[in-house]
Amino acid sequence: MDVLLQQILNGLILGSLYAMVALGYTMVYGILELINFAHGEIVMLGAMVAVSVLALLTALGVPVPLALLAALTAAVAVCVATGVLVERVAYRPLRNAPRLAPLITAIGVSIVLQNLAMIFWGRQYLSFPPVLDIQIYEFAGATITNVQILIVAVAAVTMGGLLLLVQRTRLGRAMRATAQNREVAGLMGVDVNRVIAATFAVGSALAAVAGLLIAAYYGIAHYNMGFILGLKAFSAAVLGGIGNIPGALLGGLLLGVIESLGAGYIGDLTGGFLGSHYQDIFAFFILILVLIFRPSGLLGERVADRA
Amino acid sequence: MSGPTELLLEVRGLAVHYGGIRAVKGLDLEVREGEVVCLIGANGAGKTTTLRALAGLAPSTGSIRYAGSEIAALPVHRRARLGIALVPEGRGIFPRLTVAENLDMGAYTRNDRVGISEDLERVYGLFPRLKERQAQTGGTLSGGEQQMLAIARALMGRPRLLLLDEPSMGLAPLAVEKIFETIRLIAAQGMTLLLVEQNARLALAASRRGYVLEGGRIVHQDQAPALLASPRVRAAYLGA
Repeated sequence: MDVLLQQILNGLILGSLYAMVALGYTMVYGILELINFAHGEIVMLGAMVAVSVLALLTALGVPVPLALLAALTAAVAVCVATGVLVERVAYRPLRNAPRLAPLITAIGVSIVLQNLAMIFWGRQYLSFPPVLDIQIYEFAGATITNVQILIVAVAAVTMGGLLLLVQRTRLGRAMRATAQNREVAGLMGVDVNRVIAATFAVGSALAAVAGLLIAAYYGIAHYNMGFILGLKAFSAAVLGGIGNIPGALLGGLLLGVIESLGAGYIGDLTGGFLGSHYQDIFAFFILILVLIFRPSGLLGERVADRA
Repeated sequence: MSGPTELLLEVRGLAVHYGGIRAVKGLDLEVREGEVVCLIGANGAGKTTTLRALAGLAPSTGSIRYAGSEIAALPVHRRARLGIALVPEGRGIFPRLTVAENLDMGAYTRNDRVGISEDLERVYGLFPRLKERQAQTGGTLSGGEQQMLAIARALMGRPRLLLLDEPSMGLAPLAVEKIFETIRLIAAQGMTLLLVEQNARLALAASRRGYVLEGGRIVHQDQAPALLASPRVRAAYLGA
C-alpha cells in the first residue's frame, strides 16, 4: 500500500468537508466582515438531525435512499431556519455596532446552540446507522470506499451548485454587490437585509449537507463536534483568504491534505514523541503561520482593496 | 404650487443628525419634473448629507414628498425602486464586478429584458469608453471612467430623479468637461436632475435653478443665471 498516496487521498476527502464548512464562514465574512463563530454549531445541528432522522426512519423500515433523502432534507431545514434566526436575532441588531460586539455575540450563540443540543440529545455519541454496505476499492496502491466516493461526489456537486449560484444568478450578483459595497447595493434597489438573510440560509444549507457527510465519514455525531470543526474550517477559510469563495475551497482541501499527511508522519518526524492523535495541531499551526506571514491568505486581496 | 410642469420632489424641514452633530438643519427645496437644480456651498455645508437623506442612506426627519407620495419612511431600496437614483460621492463602483456586471446591477429592479438591452446600447452610445472596457473589473478603471460608469449604472435603472453627488470631484479637467457634457445631454433628453457640486460655476452653468447651502441651511435660492451674477455668490463660491 502506498502510504503517501493514501494520506493525500484521505486528506482530499476530509478537505472537501472542511471546504464546505469554510464556505459558510467566508460568505458571511465577505458580506458582513463578521466571523460567525456559531457556524460550526450549525454543522453540528445538521449532523445530529441527520443521524437522528436516519436512525428513526431506518428503524421503521423505510428504504435507505428515501431515509437518507429525508435526513438530508430535515437537516437542511433545521440548519437554514437556525442560521437565519441567529442572523435576525443576534447579529442584525448589532450591524452598526463596533466589530467586537457581534464577534462576542457569535461566541455566545455558539455556546447557546451547543448547550441546547446537549439538552435535547444528551451527552452520548449518536452513531451513524450502518445503512450503507461498505465496499473497498483499490486505486494505484491506495484504497477508497464507496461511502468516501459518495461523500466527495456530494460535496463536489453541492459546492459546484454554490459557485453557479454566486456567479450566474441574480441573487448571486446581489450577494457579490452587497459584499463589495453594501450602501451602493441598496441604491441599486437590492434589499440588503434579504440578501444577508439569504447568505446565512445558503451557508447553513451547505453546513447541513456537510454535517450529514461528516457524520457519515466519522460514523458518529456529538453535541460537541462543532467547536473544533468550526475552528478548523475557519482556519481553512483564512488560509485561502477569508471572504474569497475559491479561497475557501482551496484552503479546505489544502488543510485536509496537510492534516492527513501530518497525522500520518508526525510519529516518524518526532521519533514517536507525538502520535497521530495530535493531528488537530496542524490546522492551528497553519492558522498562526498564515496570520503572521500572509494575513490576506493565499487568494485573498490585500486588505486595502476591501474598503 | 403652480407651474408648467409637475412638482416631482418637495422637501420640507429636512434635518439630519450624525451622532451629536446636526449636519442639515431643516431645509426646504423642490424640484420640478424635467428640471436641473443644483445645491452649491462650501465643504461641510450639508450638500452630500442632503442627497444621502433624499436617497435614504442617512436617517432624517422632516417631509420628503416624491411624485405625490411621502417617502421619508421608506428604506433605500424601496426609494430606488420608485425611480430615485443617487450617484454617490466617490462613485461607489463595485470594484470586483466587471463594467458589464456593474451596469447589470443598475438594472437590478427591472425585468424587461428588451428595454434593458436597449438602455445598455444607449449608455454605451453615451460612453463608448465603457463599451470598450465592458469585460474589465470596475476597480481597474480610471477616475473619469468610474464616474462615467457610475452615471451609466444609475441610468440603467431608468430613474425619474437622478441625484448626482460631486461628479467632478478628483477628476482631470478633461474628464470633468466630458462628464458635464454628458450631464447636459441627459438633461436635454428630459431627465430630472438634482446636482451637488463644489465647482459652483460648472454646476450653475448646467442648471436652471440653484440653492446655496451654508451650515446646513439654505441661505439663498434663485435662477441659475441670477446666482451666477449675484455679487455675494460670486464672492463666496465663484472666486470672483
